[in-house]
Amino acid sequence: MANKLNIVEAVNQAMINEMEKDEAVVVYGEDVGVEGGVFRATVDLQKKFGKKRVFDTPLAESAIVGTAVGMAINGLKPIVEMQFMGFSYPAFNQIISHVARMRNRTRGRFTVPMVIRAPYGGGIRALEHHSESTEALYSHIPGLKVVIPSTPYDTKGLLIAAIRDPDPVMFLEPKRIYRAFRQEVPEEAYELPIGKAKVVEKGEDITIITWGAMVRDVQKASETVKKKGINPEIIDLRTISPMDRETFIESVKKTGRAIIVHEAPKTLGVGAEIVSIINEKAFLYLEAPPTRVTGFDTIFPLPRGEKHYIPSPERIAKTIEDVVKF
Amino acid sequence: MRFEDYKPSEEKHYSILNSNGQIITEEDLLSFSEEELLYLYRTMLYTRIVDEKALSYQRQGRMLTYAPNIGQEAAQIGSAYAMEKEDWLVPAFRELGAWLIRGIPLKNIYLYWYGNEWGSYMPEGVKVLPVSVPIASQLQHATGIGMANNIKGENNVVVTYVGDGGTSQGDFHEALNFAAVFKAPVVFIIQNNQYAISVPRKEQTASETLAQKAIAYNMPGVLVDGNDIFAMYSATKEAIDKARKGEGPTLIEAFTYRLGAHTTSDDPTKYREDKEVEEWEKKDPILRFKKYLQSKEILTEEWEKNTQKEIEKEVVYTFEEIEDKSDTSIEDIFNYQYETMPPHLEEQLEQYKSFLEGGK
Repeated sequence: MANKLNIVEAVNQAMINEMEKDEAVVVYGEDVGVEGGVFRATVDLQKKFGKKRVFDTPLAESAIVGTAVGMAINGLKPIVEMQFMGFSYPAFNQIISHVARMRNRTRGRFTVPMVIRAPYGGGIRALEHHSESTEALYSHIPGLKVVIPSTPYDTKGLLIAAIRDPDPVMFLEPKRIYRAFRQEVPEEAYELPIGKAKVVEKGEDITIITWGAMVRDVQKASETVKKKGINPEIIDLRTISPMDRETFIESVKKTGRAIIVHEAPKTLGVGAEIVSIINEKAFLYLEAPPTRVTGFDTIFPLPRGEKHYIPSPERIAKTIEDVVKF
Repeated sequence: MRFEDYKPSEEKHYSILNSNGQIITEEDLLSFSEEELLYLYRTMLYTRIVDEKALSYQRQGRMLTYAPNIGQEAAQIGSAYAMEKEDWLVPAFRELGAWLIRGIPLKNIYLYWYGNEWGSYMPEGVKVLPVSVPIASQLQHATGIGMANNIKGENNVVVTYVGDGGTSQGDFHEALNFAAVFKAPVVFIIQNNQYAISVPRKEQTASETLAQKAIAYNMPGVLVDGNDIFAMYSATKEAIDKARKGEGPTLIEAFTYRLGAHTTSDDPTKYREDKEVEEWEKKDPILRFKKYLQSKEILTEEWEKNTQKEIEKEVVYTFEEIEDKSDTSIEDIFNYQYETMPPHLEEQLEQYKSFLEGGK
C-alpha cells in the first residue's frame, strides 16, 4: 500500500511506524502533544500512543535534549523536537558536550541513540530566528550524524533509519517544502541508508551537489541550462555528516566541474568542505574551479529581503553557465 | 523527618552528630551494625588516602590535574550509602566517596584522572554515569533517567550531585523544573563547599540558602550538615524513599567545606583566609565520625592503624598498576565516535598510521 504524502506527513508516518514497532520510542518537545506540533509533524501521535509516550514539556530546549540523554542511557529511544532550528541553541551545550560524546567518553559503555528533529531553512516569510540553516555547526561535531531529506519518500526512509540508528542523529527538515509536493510513500516501514547520497539527475557536463529545499531550485535551474545544451548531474547529499564523498567524487571525475548550492552562509559552510574534498580527491580531473552558490555571509534577512538571500534558480543557472564556460 | 521540620528558607541545619562526635537527635539515628559503621569509616579513610596520594603524585609530576574531595567525605558517602543496588548515580566531578560506595573500582577513577577514557568504562552492573565537567549539565541526565523510569514503570531512583556554583546555571533550574513537573524520582544533592573555584557562596546567589531554591519548583528542600555522615544518610534515605513511592524529587543542600583546592591547578590562599580553613578543619567529617566511633568503643587505634596501612598499600598498588601503562591507542581514539566507523575516519586513521610507520 502506498499513499501520496507530503514531507511533513512523511515525518509523521515514520514516527507512527516506529512507535508501533518499538515501545522504547518516545516523542516529546514543545507543543508536540495536544497540538501535534506547530507544523503538525506529531499530529495524532498522542491520541494513538498516549501521554506517557508522547508529551508536551516545559519550554526549555536544553532540558528537552538533556533529559533525552538520560532517557537514552536508560533504554528509551527519544525523538525530541526543536520547534525551529533557530531555537536549538539553548541545547547546544547538551548536544556538543554530551549527546555527541557519550559513546566515546565511556568507550561504548553508555550510548545515546536519539533523534533531534528540527525544521530548518528560510523562505516561509517567518519571524526572526525562524529561517536559518546552521547544518554546518552541527556537522562540525564528531559523534553526531546530520541528515537532511528533500522528498517525502526519502524523509520517511531516512527518519526511520535515524530512529533505528545506534548513534544520535540531527534530523533537519526543510520546512519551505514541508507541503510543496506529494509523492507515493509506502505505508509500511522502510529504511534508506544514512551516509548515502542520491543522484537525482544524470548528466555529464557539470556536477551540482546540494540538499534539502535547494534540490528543487537546482532542478529548476537545470531545466533552464538544458535548453542551452548543458546537462548537469544533480546530487542530493541527504546526509551532511558523515558525508558520502564517493558519490560526488566519482561524478566530478566524470564531469570535471562542480557547483555546491546551499542556503547557509558561504564562509566555512558545508560547501567549503565539499570543495576541499574535491580538491583532494579529484584535482587532476577538474576543468574549472569548484564553485559555491550560497546564502550571503550576512544575517538572514526578514521576509521583505529573503528573496535576495536564498540562491534563486536564476542565480544557480547563471553560475552553471559561467562554470561550464570557464 | 524532617522535611517538615527543616524549612529550606530558614538557615537551620539538619544534624544528628555534632562536631564533638555526640549524637544530638537520637531518634533520627538509624540502626547501623558495627560492621556497617566500620565500613563507612573505612570508606572515608579510603577516600582521604586516595586524594592525598593523588595530590602527592601530581606534585611529583606523575598525575595530571586532580580535583580533591578532602572535607566532603561525609556528604558523599552518607548520601550514596542510602542508595539501593538498582539506583542510578549521576555525578558531577567531585564525588569520589560516592563512586567508591557505588562500586567503581579505584583503578577506573585513577585511570580517568590519569587521562584515559577507559576510566569511564563502568563495570557491568555499576549504574553510574561518568564525570561531568560542564557544570550542572548532568542534572538533566538525572532527570531524564528518572523520567524514563516513570515511562517504563521501573521504581529505581536517581541520585545526582552539583556544586554551589552549579546552582547558578540554567541547567540546574531546567532539571529541577522538569523533575518536578514529571514527578521524576530524583534526589538532587548540592555539595555546597562554599566556593566555586574562587567565588564564595555569598556572591553566587542572593538566596539565603541553596535549599530554598526547591520552593520555586514545589519540591521538598532541606539544608543538611554536610559534614555529618548520619544526617546526610538519613536525609538522602528519606528523599529516596519518597521518590521510590512516586512522590517525586527532593533537593538537599549539603553544607560542607572544601578543605583543599578546587583542583591542583588552583591556589586557595589567594581567595580565603587560613583562619577560615582552620575553623572548618575542626569540623572535619572524618574526625567527627572517629570521635563517635571511639566513644562507642567501636573503633580502636590498632584497627585504624592497620586499616590505613592496608588502604595505602592498595592505593599505591592500583596507581602503579596504571602508571606508564595507560597510553591511549590510536585505534581507541577513532573506534568510539560512532558504532560503525565512517569512511572518512577510516581514511584519517589509516593515513596517520601510515605516517607513523614512515610509509607512503
